[in-house]
Amino acid sequence: MGIPHPSRRSFLTAVSAGAVALTAAPLLAACGDGGSGSDGKVTIEWMDIATTEPSKTIYPKIAKAYEAAHPNVKIKLTNLENEAFKSKMTALTASGKLPDIFVTWGGGVLKQQIDAGLVKDLTSPASGLLNTITPVSQKPYQFDGKTYAVPYDMGMVGFWYNKRHFAKAGIKAPPKTWAEFLDDVRKLKAAGITPIALGGKDKWPGMYYWAYLAMRVGGMPAMEQAAKTNDFTAPAFAGAGQHLKELVDLQPFQPGFQNAGFDAPGGEAASVGAGKAAMELMGQWAPAVEKDASGKGIGDDEGWFPFPAVDGGQGALTDVFGGGNGHALGKDAPKEAVDFLAFMLNAENEHELVSSGAFMPVVKGAENALDANRKQVADALGTSTGFQLYLDQAFPPAVGQQVNDSVAALIGGKATPEQVAQQVTKAAKSQ
Amino acid sequence: MTEPLTLPAAAGDRRRTARTPRERGSRAPLGRRLRGWAATTWFLLPALLLFFLFVLIPIAVALYTSLFKWGGFGRPEDFVGLGNYRKLAADPVFRGDLWRGLLIVVLSLVVQLPIALGTAVLLNQRMRGRAVYRAVFFAPYILSEVIAGVLFGIIFLPGSGLADELVGGLPLVGGLAGKWFSDPGTALPTLFAVMTWKYFGFHMMIYLAGLQGVPAEILEAAAIDGAGPWRRFRSVTLPLLAPTLRISVFLSVIGSIQLFDLVWVTTTGGPTNSTETMAVTMFQFGFKRYQMGYASAISVAMFLISMVFSLLYQRYALRRDLEGAVTSAGGAR
Repeated sequence: MGIPHPSRRSFLTAVSAGAVALTAAPLLAACGDGGSGSDGKVTIEWMDIATTEPSKTIYPKIAKAYEAAHPNVKIKLTNLENEAFKSKMTALTASGKLPDIFVTWGGGVLKQQIDAGLVKDLTSPASGLLNTITPVSQKPYQFDGKTYAVPYDMGMVGFWYNKRHFAKAGIKAPPKTWAEFLDDVRKLKAAGITPIALGGKDKWPGMYYWAYLAMRVGGMPAMEQAAKTNDFTAPAFAGAGQHLKELVDLQPFQPGFQNAGFDAPGGEAASVGAGKAAMELMGQWAPAVEKDASGKGIGDDEGWFPFPAVDGGQGALTDVFGGGNGHALGKDAPKEAVDFLAFMLNAENEHELVSSGAFMPVVKGAENALDANRKQVADALGTSTGFQLYLDQAFPPAVGQQVNDSVAALIGGKATPEQVAQQVTKAAKSQ
Repeated sequence: MTEPLTLPAAAGDRRRTARTPRERGSRAPLGRRLRGWAATTWFLLPALLLFFLFVLIPIAVALYTSLFKWGGFGRPEDFVGLGNYRKLAADPVFRGDLWRGLLIVVLSLVVQLPIALGTAVLLNQRMRGRAVYRAVFFAPYILSEVIAGVLFGIIFLPGSGLADELVGGLPLVGGLAGKWFSDPGTALPTLFAVMTWKYFGFHMMIYLAGLQGVPAEILEAAAIDGAGPWRRFRSVTLPLLAPTLRISVFLSVIGSIQLFDLVWVTTTGGPTNSTETMAVTMFQFGFKRYQMGYASAISVAMFLISMVFSLLYQRYALRRDLEGAVTSAGGAR
């Protein structure tokens, strides 16, 4: 025959070239990111944590409504469970590409992403939108005068309690001081009620106690000083540990709290929601999660009081510890993403979000959709004299995690108050 | 095509007389030998490429980054030499990891493997429903670690879990109710129980395969010579099963050193590090605290421990089983 047969070598070359082409093709295709296509179509990658009601239903609804109004935009919403989301974001941050829209709590974690050049500066692209939003709720996302996220929720931590359990234990009014609080814990125990539910496995719910106690003992100056000097050996922090130990020694938590999650089945929120524990120290989302995790919630029996003052402490009862949720944009996010965030917070959607019970208002004048308890939270926030962001968000991740780990060890009886202060200082100093 | 493709071996066959392969190799014309090498290289290239890309290069990168204080962003610049390793040696959590790792390895060897061997011997007999038992005992191994972890998280849920219901009110074990994964004293034993449940079926399967290779004639001969069941097991089955046992011990130890998923899902290493393993500590520092340099040092330590163990074990224990494959450089004998 006239056709020369291929030599072995060229045969192998052809095969391997083919193999390389086959493997590379999907890789190359995957490199095209979610920006504008040639036909004007835009895909917005939105990564969120709405795995529980009500946002689980509301978010897709808002996305659909936006898509209907803007046929050229497609919104790809991915919801991950809270802890899974944090892990995923860590991996994405390390890989150098963040989703177009993602949830952020601001502080040190967001700062790190900004320093890595992965986050869009929203100060001018979203200036119109940001003007409609209360200034306090923007605080966690502001660095060097620039704003990097649009808040959609802002709140603070306080005690959510079961009024019926308190009445049964003979407690007339919520405690105003730490001593009264400890006394009420004893009364609840005596009445056969688990005083406090705690998600020890997740660690951050325990950190709230230590953080609030440090604020109450040392006041805002102590917190600011520690953040500046990376020194947590001030009396405020050892004192916080000692007061926390007083509480731990009363054994106030539900059985097995050290392996209980916050929103996991049988965890902290589920215990309170099912009426198995009298209270939890948690943010503004507590009632919604209690309802979702237990299937029912405690409805009108739910009450709220601010973290009590510590006798002889420098901090005021009106200093608040909290934070919010915001949406930040990846640096390559299309301009439609900003428009979508504005759509999400328009009067109609903001009213639905706030009245759903899961969120606190961020848009000026949206407070009217609040129920009585969250009105209390909003008022406390509105009249606050000092604001401290969640420690595991305010500090760089290594310090925040050390606070969580060390406080968890203290609550587990494996570390002394002094050791906690030393460990956190060591982690902060080696940053 | 007018003639079929010829492969190097076939081409060599034509001129082969009575030479050994080695002599032929050394005396074949240079050009032909080179061409043989080229073909070999092409065949190996895809595998080598993947091996370099996903095994050797990452190891080298981890070694490199472990010498830096590095947060995982940008280039590592803050060179600290062996600082991360010094910190590691002094870290009580990492020392605890080593101790807990050793404990898990020892427990696996003295609890898990004997259970697997016993079950395998039992299931090697003719009995009704043998295939069903084999499938049932092997099933946990097929389950993903995450699913098994979630499952046992629910079983050991304090207060309302199945485990609490079972032991509640019983003497001796009643005190375990509400503890399990939640108490630093009971978390590791509980974890080990789950591990045993998860992995003993795998070792049982290996042993079953090994037992098929024990010739019935020898057992029969031993029985005729008057050996009882224990004697037959001790002096015939066990020695003939030795290669299988050695492999199973090897897999068990390496698996224990690298234990991660099951721990992460059930306890995330808690309460207070009581179930933390090296891999969990590495993850905590790398992906929770963004201390990639330090996390790399942990991974290098894990790699060294695994490698030293593998080499020593292959050199001394697996020598007879692997003769020619690893210990004596392929066919160079």
